Amino acid sequence: MASAEIRNKIFDTPSVNYLNHQKGWKSWAFTLDHKRIGIMYLIGVTAALLLAGVFALVLRSHLFSYQGAMLSDEMYNQMFTLHGAIMVFSFIIPSVPAALGNIVLPMMLGAKDVAFPRMNLASFYLWIIGTGCLFAAILSGRGLDTGWTFYTPYSIDTSSAVIFATFGAFVLGFSSIFTGLNFLVTINTMRAPGQTWFKLPLFLWSLYATSIIQVLATPVLGITLLLLIAERTMHIGIFDPTYGGDPVLFQHFFWFYSHPAVYIMILPAMGIISELISVYSQKRIFGYSFIAFSSVAIALLGFLVWGHHMFTSGQSPVVTLIFSAITFTVAIPSAVKVFNWLATLYKGSILLNTPMCYALSFIFLFGIGGLTGLFLGTLSVDIHLHDTYFVVAHFHFVMVGGTLTAFLGGLFHWWPKIFGRMYNDLMGRVGCFLVFAGFNLTFFPQFVMGSRGMPRRYASYDPEFQIFHQWSTVGAFVLGIGIVVSFVVLAYAAFRGPRCGSNPFRAASLEWQTSSPPDFHNFIHKPIMTDPYDFDSQVYDETLDTYIPRELADPAKVPPRKTPAHH
Amino acid sequence: MAVADPDNILEHDDHHHDPFIAHHFESAEQQFDSGKLGIWIFLVTEVLFFSGLFVAYTLYRIHHPEIFQQAHHFLDKNLGAMNTIVLLFSSLTMALGVHAAQNGDNKKCGIYTLITMVCAAMFLGVKAVEYSHKWDLGIFVRSTFDYAEHHPEGISPYLIKLSVIPALLLVGFIGASVFSKMTEKDLLAKFFGGMAVTVGGYFLGALVGLGFMALTAGGDAHASHEVAASPLVLQAMSIDEDEKHDEHSHEEGDHDHAGDDHAHDDHSHDGDHGHAAHGAAKEPMHRDVGTFFSIYYCMTGLHAIHIIAGIIALAWVFWRCLALHWRPDYFGPVDYVGLYWHLVDLIWIYLFPLLYLID
Repeated sequence: MASAEIRNKIFDTPSVNYLNHQKGWKSWAFTLDHKRIGIMYLIGVTAALLLAGVFALVLRSHLFSYQGAMLSDEMYNQMFTLHGAIMVFSFIIPSVPAALGNIVLPMMLGAKDVAFPRMNLASFYLWIIGTGCLFAAILSGRGLDTGWTFYTPYSIDTSSAVIFATFGAFVLGFSSIFTGLNFLVTINTMRAPGQTWFKLPLFLWSLYATSIIQVLATPVLGITLLLLIAERTMHIGIFDPTYGGDPVLFQHFFWFYSHPAVYIMILPAMGIISELISVYSQKRIFGYSFIAFSSVAIALLGFLVWGHHMFTSGQSPVVTLIFSAITFTVAIPSAVKVFNWLATLYKGSILLNTPMCYALSFIFLFGIGGLTGLFLGTLSVDIHLHDTYFVVAHFHFVMVGGTLTAFLGGLFHWWPKIFGRMYNDLMGRVGCFLVFAGFNLTFFPQFVMGSRGMPRRYASYDPEFQIFHQWSTVGAFVLGIGIVVSFVVLAYAAFRGPRCGSNPFRAASLEWQTSSPPDFHNFIHKPIMTDPYDFDSQVYDETLDTYIPRELADPAKVPPRKTPAHH
Repeated sequence: MAVADPDNILEHDDHHHDPFIAHHFESAEQQFDSGKLGIWIFLVTEVLFFSGLFVAYTLYRIHHPEIFQQAHHFLDKNLGAMNTIVLLFSSLTMALGVHAAQNGDNKKCGIYTLITMVCAAMFLGVKAVEYSHKWDLGIFVRSTFDYAEHHPEGISPYLIKLSVIPALLLVGFIGASVFSKMTEKDLLAKFFGGMAVTVGGYFLGALVGLGFMALTAGGDAHASHEVAASPLVLQAMSIDEDEKHDEHSHEEGDHDHAGDDHAHDDHSHDGDHGHAAHGAAKEPMHRDVGTFFSIYYCMTGLHAIHIIAGIIALAWVFWRCLALHWRPDYFGPVDYVGLYWHLVDLIWIYLFPLLYLID
């Protein structure tokens, strides 16, 4: 049994950790440490989020009046395009995997790093270059007005900076592939001894499923964007109808990536929620294997439904029917997850702190986002709802209500581990409430006006919709304030928050079995392989004021197990 | 279950580490397995990267089968076949190189790697001859497709332009090799010498390609006899031209007839449908031939980029052969580059029949 001295060495906040063992900007710019790369990613994607968020606020302000309040029509087109492109390619896709996943994944495996640290750093610099290209599109003065989907033939004819932007998206695709490849290999080959697939935390199952999509779908986007660039520069006649090309082929190629990409965005978020719900209910996750396999099922089904974005683009009716039917099947694994989360909450010992508030918001918002997806997957209804605000509201419920909410929840959950400092929980919850309320106020009216026929992407609209737009605009500002409050709370905590122990939340996955913040090598002691959802394996230690594994605790003070160790 | 005792405190002492095993791996096996899985996943992404083009090929072939059947006669099967043999041979030498590395035989591995690189460069040389010949004839992508029936004399100006960079590289590598030799950096001298030989492979390929074309054209003195064998295309080509040109092309068909049975088939085929096709030729069909070449250039161009990337990767392996890095327990990178090289080869094995052979 471990002596108090060894316990202190392992779990007490170390004076030298990964944040301060080397100093100077070079130690960050050339680091191969997954934690540091994750933090750089975190700063990057947060900057992208705030910038694209400002674009969103400009859009909403413009739509406050039905004639359009402040922008020219051209500027309006550029604003929503850049909002979409930066949010999708530079923020949501890398947000959870590349920022949070990078920091947490190797530690959850008890490993020192990801399998390919240099590729990990390359992924980050590709992100910088790709995002830089998107910015170059803005700074070139020509902007980008195709919508984030780059649909042909408009993207071939427009005078805006399509080549900059598509090249940026192409590079960001490689960044995403590098992350996915790294995670697949790391999870396959670098698990701790005794850590079988079914002892992995569910966050890793979801990251694994995400990585499969990143690796299989992103190359298709890559070649599509290259062909689009070739079409613009040389008119090769593959997508351009002027030269006998087929613009609908572009839509097929584009959605073959971009529909799976929707699951790149939501699956890691679902993984975070599985962790949060279980830890903050202090109850074993209900239906572990169902949640695990539903992630893989979503990843695979995600490849078979791209045609539902093209119900009105002129596909054959048979194909449309098939796509519609498969679209409905995606609801099954998604519902499996939601029901299992709810069953986990049942009779759990629920702690309503900031991460849990975000997790509960997620379940509510994702529920609405998912169910409205069924309306859009229904052929007859979609003919009416296609390209209306109903679609806009639907995917914002999934991407913002789902992914952004889970991202923030995950940040609050792992923040004490990353920086070794605790945040102000009351202010965290205030931020969460503002995000939740602002979000609903923004997007719920959009369902109503969408179902009444308000088309998306219009710079001006019929006066009858004005009241909905005004609610929506007010909500957007509340949402914006909520996000800023959340990040201020986090930033303050990172520098000034009170020190916290190695495992303040009594979580049982391996990343909590090291000091906060961790050592450069993650673990100075081989982590003790436990079931990630057996919370009774962690016991309170008074001197350290934190939870530590039962095996390392002082035997005189260890309370007896409440639940059997094995299941 | 592990119990915390001082022995379980990990020391993280990097000093005794094998320089070829990264600190975050437990063992050489774990490192090798990770790399192997990584390269296989990478190859999957490569296949999917090309898949978009294969889908485009399939779709346009379904939409315009006649154009695809006829347009592929513009491609020189002999040069394509030669390139296929070159690449297959390079795959063999690559496999032998991996085998040598597994045995820790750095010298053999270096020789095989060098042969592989030379073959890769030869492939590019032949490809340059093919491309430049087509550009001479005005066979570009869809929008700029401007085929004109003529027989360019001498070396194509396009070929000279394409060869500028290889020529500069050749001079540079020879210079670097000589300079390294003079400053007594033998390893660098060998490396740059090997690279010079590699670039020399490009010119060898180009020469062989030019020679081959001259030989096959020798019978009737028309390098483009394959073209003449496809009257439908000719008519499509010549709709903007006057009657005289059309007749001229028929004459060529006759010339060709004498030398080639295959052409004979095509010609009699023309006898059945020639007039109907001629009547229908009011449609601007020549543009659809351009679509075939758009796809051809995209597919072979992307493949050529992969060949160049392969040469760079092989050069790295070659350098490490010279530095005697490979040992029986550490040869992963040779294996990974080898797998990549086989994939590039395999893609060509699909491209060759799809573009050159299928009637």
